[in-house]
Amino acid sequence: MNILQKIEREQIRMDIPSFKAGDTVKVHVRIIEGEKERIQVFQGTVLRVKRGATNSTFVVRKISDGIGVERVFPLNSPYLERIEVISEGKVRQGRIFYLRKLKGKAARIKTKAYWDKKK
Amino acid sequence: MKRTVGLIGRKLGMTTLFADDGTKVPVTVIQAGPCPVVQKKTVEKDGYSAVQVGFDQLPGHKLNKPQKGHQGKQDKGYFRILREFSLENTDEYEPGQELTTEIFKPGDRVRLTGTSKGKGFAGVMKRWNFAGSPSSHGHEKVHRKPGAIGQCAYPGKVFKGKKMPGQMGNKKVTYANAEVVAVRPADNVIIIKGQVPGPTNGIVVLRKKN
Repeated sequence: MNILQKIEREQIRMDIPSFKAGDTVKVHVRIIEGEKERIQVFQGTVLRVKRGATNSTFVVRKISDGIGVERVFPLNSPYLERIEVISEGKVRQGRIFYLRKLKGKAARIKTKAYWDKKK
Repeated sequence: MKRTVGLIGRKLGMTTLFADDGTKVPVTVIQAGPCPVVQKKTVEKDGYSAVQVGFDQLPGHKLNKPQKGHQGKQDKGYFRILREFSLENTDEYEPGQELTTEIFKPGDRVRLTGTSKGKGFAGVMKRWNFAGSPSSHGHEKVHRKPGAIGQCAYPGKVFKGKKMPGQMGNKKVTYANAEVVAVRPADNVIIIKGQVPGPTNGIVVLRKKN
């Protein structure tokens, strides 16, 4: 293993669960306001996961009071407290940006069959 | 500029690290040292004082006899690259002594010298960011040309230093104020914030700033 990979591997977080586009996730983000630190939760559908070494990011979209909100999170950021996978969606694409054009009932994503059984 | 000691290194590539406040920092990883002192130059003998250090070991048979004689005195192996660091006071350095990454520490500012990537013979648009001419509306054969390069009978010449096409890159470039983000003495690695001139595997000289 070369040194560059070694340095990158130290940065990569091993405790993050695996998920992909279409999944519903709950992201717990640490937010520092002056002295205080609190945790904010952002729950939504993953639009895409950009793979890279330390550079990986993922986009989460949710509908907040009827307005679509998207947030980009660095996958290996130390400021991610934890990520919960709420459900796995059944989608055909790796990037489901078509979801931006849909709303209401059309914007639903079916969950994977085995996920329902698990519950 | 203060004359200081430094290290020779090889650029390994770029990556990003997370800072303490969660921001991403673009960094360049440099394999630097260990650089043994090959020779000490003195005012009495050479007319100036400096230390000559070596980097990148290679088998002895690749060197010719005079080079082998010069580098072999310290029994530290043979080197592909030799560089001199001009110093006012060379007392603390002895031939054979190894300079390692420990001379730098995180937060230091360094002078970085490398050879930039060669772009070949480049036109004015690439080399000097000229605007060129429109691609249509009657423009023919002039889309990437420099246009006029001077006036008429007075001054009757093209001024010196006029920006013209020519060789771009493959030139010595120095960054005066690069920041050291981390030092890893176990791997002989220095991590610099931002970019470093030259291609991956290019040779870089890092000099202490003060």
